[in-house]
Amino acid sequence: MPVKARENPLSARMRLLTGAEAAAHAMRQINPDVVSVYPITPQTPIIQTFAKFVADGEVDTEIINVESEHSAMSAAVGAAQAGARTMTATASQGLALMIEIVYIAASMRLPIVMAVGNRALSGPINIHCDHADSMLARDSGMVQILTENAQEAYDFMVMAPRLAEHPEVMLPVLVGQDGFTITHSAEPVSLLPDAEVRRFVGDYRIPYPLLSGETVTQGPFAMPDYYFEIKAQQVRAMQAAAQVFDDLSEAYEAYSGRRYPAVEGYRLDDADRALVLMGSSAGTAKDVVDALRAKGEKVGLAQVRLFRPFPAAALREMLAGVSAVAVLDRALSFGGAPPLFAEVAAGLFGRTLSLSSYVYGLGGRDLFPEQIAEVFRELGLAKGPAQTRFIGLRE
Amino acid sequence: MRELKSSHQLPIGGAIPAQSAAPPHTGGWRVGEKPGVQLDACVNCLLCWIYCPDSAIKIKDEAFWGFDYDYCKGCGVCQEVCPTGAIKMVAETLALSPFGRIGGESDAG
Repeated sequence: MPVKARENPLSARMRLLTGAEAAAHAMRQINPDVVSVYPITPQTPIIQTFAKFVADGEVDTEIINVESEHSAMSAAVGAAQAGARTMTATASQGLALMIEIVYIAASMRLPIVMAVGNRALSGPINIHCDHADSMLARDSGMVQILTENAQEAYDFMVMAPRLAEHPEVMLPVLVGQDGFTITHSAEPVSLLPDAEVRRFVGDYRIPYPLLSGETVTQGPFAMPDYYFEIKAQQVRAMQAAAQVFDDLSEAYEAYSGRRYPAVEGYRLDDADRALVLMGSSAGTAKDVVDALRAKGEKVGLAQVRLFRPFPAAALREMLAGVSAVAVLDRALSFGGAPPLFAEVAAGLFGRTLSLSSYVYGLGGRDLFPEQIAEVFRELGLAKGPAQTRFIGLRE
Repeated sequence: MRELKSSHQLPIGGAIPAQSAAPPHTGGWRVGEKPGVQLDACVNCLLCWIYCPDSAIKIKDEAFWGFDYDYCKGCGVCQEVCPTGAIKMVAETLALSPFGRIGGESDAG
């Protein structure tokens, strides 16, 4: 009997795309005024794909090819300040080189959107995924999102300008996708129609554009009598970003049918053991949760998508009934707690539960389902707090 | 002392829209000396106006008029570039007529 294809209104817009290409399509649909960028693995296919759209006349964007990422971010600051919707993209050492200017963009409240193909920091030099580059920017004042797959990489690039440019936020936004695992892996991705993206994103407005014709001083020196107040404004903007993210997530669901909470609880309802993690490994971990659930084990996970501002209250609430939590970091903080673990521990402060720290996947090392299952098994054992454990490391 | 604004009163990002900027009278940074001019020796070349890093040389009807002591930081560049020696750095405490005229015609403006 012939099989009739199932009607799916979304399938017409399904494309086979890598995460990098998906991000580039979002940029094409947004049609930013300026993209200033310098190539670096594994970000390069983002700007390579987007540059083709520019060359083919599909967008009006001016690409500024610069001589380094420090210049890329500096040019982005100038463009955004002038009154142009501005984006950039980078990874690893490139983000490291940008960092000085990222702090400045955040303090000047410039809503620059930055696509990142998350990659380990040198040294030793390595081109593969971990989250060390994002974590280097942790305290820069950038809103930070870490995605699970190509679809999310696309969706968050579409959402990012509205989050960045919201009047109560006005901050740069980083949208991270795991290097190679997402940037270079092709998956079916559902794109919104171009017109809907343009409508969703809206016009670019900032309070004091240099090209407004009004006289304004930008980026002035601040003495001890004003520096602190300007930092306090950034604190409030970051707090506001949490609510704006939730509202935006709801608005985007109406457009796309896809809902992305800042932290997603997966099969946590009656769970007694849970993982907390970010990025592409959350997808693998959900499969492991499903497999263990099928055997009757009460396990679940919390996937953090919004790392800055960190959704501590929501995480605390969704882990209320859990007795053992393992936090899986894909980055280190030498001599201190790994960054995600530190956030989770602070968020759960005062709760009586077993909390353990794991680090996995540095420099692109794979995390296998059986290793995640082993973490759940260790969570079931009664033992006190231990040091951070390293998954898959030859000690 | 001037009243300091709270973080809620400040424009975001450290921006200073022109209308909200209080005049920063940086002439207060001057230490010890200020420029004065012997106006009858001035040939109106305006080199001082070109070189002054603080735009503190005042011009009236395209002619040298004097110094704006609210912004002059006392660097002495005007004295260095003055081809006739009309501009001289003098003690801050020396009383001069308005706009820094040393003798010569009195200020009418």
